[in-house]
Amino acid sequence: MNHEFAYQALRHMVRIRLFEERTLEALMQGKLASTMCHVSIGQEAVAAGVCMAMQPNDYITSTHRGHGHLIARGGDLGRMIAELMGKATGYCKGRGGSMHITDVALGHLGANGIVGGHIGIAVGAALWSKLSGKQAVTVCLFGDGAVTEGVFHEALNMAAVYHLPAVFVCENNQYAMSLPWAKATPPVSFKTRAEAYAMPGVDVDGQDPLAVYRAAVDAVARARAGSGPALIGAHTYRFLGHSRGDPSAYRDPEEEKQWRARDPILLFKVRAQSEGWLTSEDMATIEAEARQAMDEAIRFAEDSPPAPDATAFEDVYFQTTQP
Amino acid sequence: MMFREALRQALREEMQRDRRVFLLGEDIGRFGGAYAVTKGLLEEFGPQRVIDTPMSEGTIVGAAVGAAMTGGRPVAEIMYVDFLAYAMDQLVNQAAKIHYMFGGQIHVPMVVRTQQGAGRGAGAQHSQSLEAWFVHIPGLKVIAPATPEDAKGLLKSAIRDGNPVVFLEHKGLYAMKGEVPDHEYLTPIGRASVARPGSDITLISYSRALHLALEAAESLGQAGVRAEVIDLRTLKPLDMDTIAASVERTRRAVVIHEASLTAGLGAEIASRLSETLFGRLAAPVRRVAAFDVPFPANSRLEKLIVPDAARIVRAAQETLRDIATESVS
Repeated sequence: MNHEFAYQALRHMVRIRLFEERTLEALMQGKLASTMCHVSIGQEAVAAGVCMAMQPNDYITSTHRGHGHLIARGGDLGRMIAELMGKATGYCKGRGGSMHITDVALGHLGANGIVGGHIGIAVGAALWSKLSGKQAVTVCLFGDGAVTEGVFHEALNMAAVYHLPAVFVCENNQYAMSLPWAKATPPVSFKTRAEAYAMPGVDVDGQDPLAVYRAAVDAVARARAGSGPALIGAHTYRFLGHSRGDPSAYRDPEEEKQWRARDPILLFKVRAQSEGWLTSEDMATIEAEARQAMDEAIRFAEDSPPAPDATAFEDVYFQTTQP
Repeated sequence: MMFREALRQALREEMQRDRRVFLLGEDIGRFGGAYAVTKGLLEEFGPQRVIDTPMSEGTIVGAAVGAAMTGGRPVAEIMYVDFLAYAMDQLVNQAAKIHYMFGGQIHVPMVVRTQQGAGRGAGAQHSQSLEAWFVHIPGLKVIAPATPEDAKGLLKSAIRDGNPVVFLEHKGLYAMKGEVPDHEYLTPIGRASVARPGSDITLISYSRALHLALEAAESLGQAGVRAEVIDLRTLKPLDMDTIAASVERTRRAVVIHEASLTAGLGAEIASRLSETLFGRLAAPVRRVAAFDVPFPANSRLEKLIVPDAARIVRAAQETLRDIATESVS
C-alpha cells in the first residue's frame, strides 16, 4: 500500500510539475494560443492527494489553476498541451485554453475561469447523483479567493441542507492574486467554517500528498455513504506569480523562501526514501517516464493541425434532436 | 384554460414523460409557487422531483447547471426576473458557455422559468422586464409566450431542448384564459406567429405587450387601418424571416415591449429591419416601450411608464403618416 501510494503520488506530482514547467517554456517561446495561463507549481500535492482519493465514476470541478487537477485525474498530456497551443486535437477543440481545460469522460466537469463559479455546479452534480441514485461523489476544488465569494456560502449551505455527496476542497495557496489570505478574511480555520454548515471540516498540510489523501479519503467515503458533504482546507503555496506578468512583488521574499523549502516533491522524496516506500530507482523511473511522456505530448501537440477557423463558430448551441 | 394551468400541464406532462425532469426553486413545493404555477406538483411527484430550495438564486441556477451536465433535466424557478441578477454568473458565464468552451464535450439542457413585468405596482425591484440581458448572450435561448397555448407548447419544447433556456412568463398573464389543444403538442422554439393578419402596418410584440398591440390593432381597424400583429414567442433565436416577410409587405413597423426603451429588443429589430429592408421601408421603424426610468411602486404612476394601447395607436398613426414623406414607391 505504501509503495503503491507513494509511487502514484510522486508520479502525479512530477508529471504536474513537468507539465507546468514545459507549459511556461512554451508560453515564453510564443507557442501557446492564449496569453492566459496559470500554473500550479508548489501546489502539486493537493491535486495528487485529492484525485487519488476518488473513484473513476466520481466528478471533479476545477479552477483557472487547474492543469494539475486534470493530470492527476488521468488527463492526457498531449491533448492538454495541444489545447493550450490552440490545436484541433486539444481537449476543447482549441477554444477552451488553459482556464477551461476539461475531459468530461474522466468525470471532469471543467476548469473554470470564474473564481467560485463552479461551486454551484458541483452542488448540482452532487444533487443529481443523489436524486438519480448514482454512487458518485463530486469533489469541488477551489482557491482561497473563492471562499470570499457569495456563492461559497450558498453552495455549502445547500449541499449541507440536502446532505449531498460533495467534498469541498479549498486549495489555499495564500494569495488571491495579490491579496494575502490574512487580509481577505478573518483568521478562521476551515474546521470552524465547516461547523457553520454542520459538516466536518479539516485543515491539512497541502504540501503533503498523504495528509491531503487521508483527509480526502475520509470525506469521499463519508459522502458516498450518504452522510453528506465535508470541507477540507489544504494549505499550500503558489511558488510563482499569479500569471506570467506577475513577479509577486507584494510577497515577502523571506516568506517565499520558507515555502520553497517546503517543496512538496522534495519533501515527499526525502520521506519516501527514509520510510522505505520508494527506492532511488523508483524515483529515477518516475522522472524518466514523466520526461518521456511530456516529450511525446509536446511532439503530438506540435504535429497537430491548428484549430480550423470554422471551430470559432461551432458548438454555440447543442443541436437538439427532438424525439 | 388559464395561463398558469397551461404551464403546470407542461411541467406535469414532461415530468411524467421523462424521469430526469425535476423542478427546483423557492417556495415551489408546499406553497405551490409564488404565482401558483407548481401547485399540486409536490403532492403528485414528491420531494425528490419538486425541490424547495433556500433563498440562493445563484446556486439554484448553478445547481441546475451541474445537474444538467451530469444527466438531469432541471427546471429552475426564479421567483422574479429581478432576482436573476444574483444568478447572472451561473447563467451567463457558466450555462451559456459550457458547451462551447469545453469543445462540445458536454451540453446543458436546463430551463430557468421566471416571471417579469409591470402591472402590479410591485416597484422598482419586482417589475422589470430584463429579456435584453439574456438575448444578448450567445448560448442562451429566450422564450416569452403570450398565450396559454404557446406557454404550454413552448415550455415543453424548452424542457426537451439541449440548451439553457430562459423562459420568461409575465406576472400579468397567469390568470389569462385561452384555448389549449387537448392533444399532445410542442410549439417550436424560434418561430414567431402572426397573431392578427393585416396589410398596412406590422406591430411586433411578445408577452403581455402583445395583447396591447392586439388592442391597438383593433382600434386601428375601426379607423380602417389593417394592422398585422406578430407574436415573437421566441426572442432568441429571433425569427427574422417571419418579421421581415410581414414588413416587406406592409413597409411599416412598430415594435412594442414592456422592457425599457434603450438597448431593448426593439432597437435590435429596428436595426435588423433597416439593414435588410432599408429601401423598402416607407417609414422609420418606431418603438413603443417603457420609458427609461425605474418602475414606481404605485400603480397609478406605473401606468405612466409602461406602454398602453393608446401609445401604440399613436405610434402606428405617426408611422402611417410618414407616407407623406415617401419619395419613391
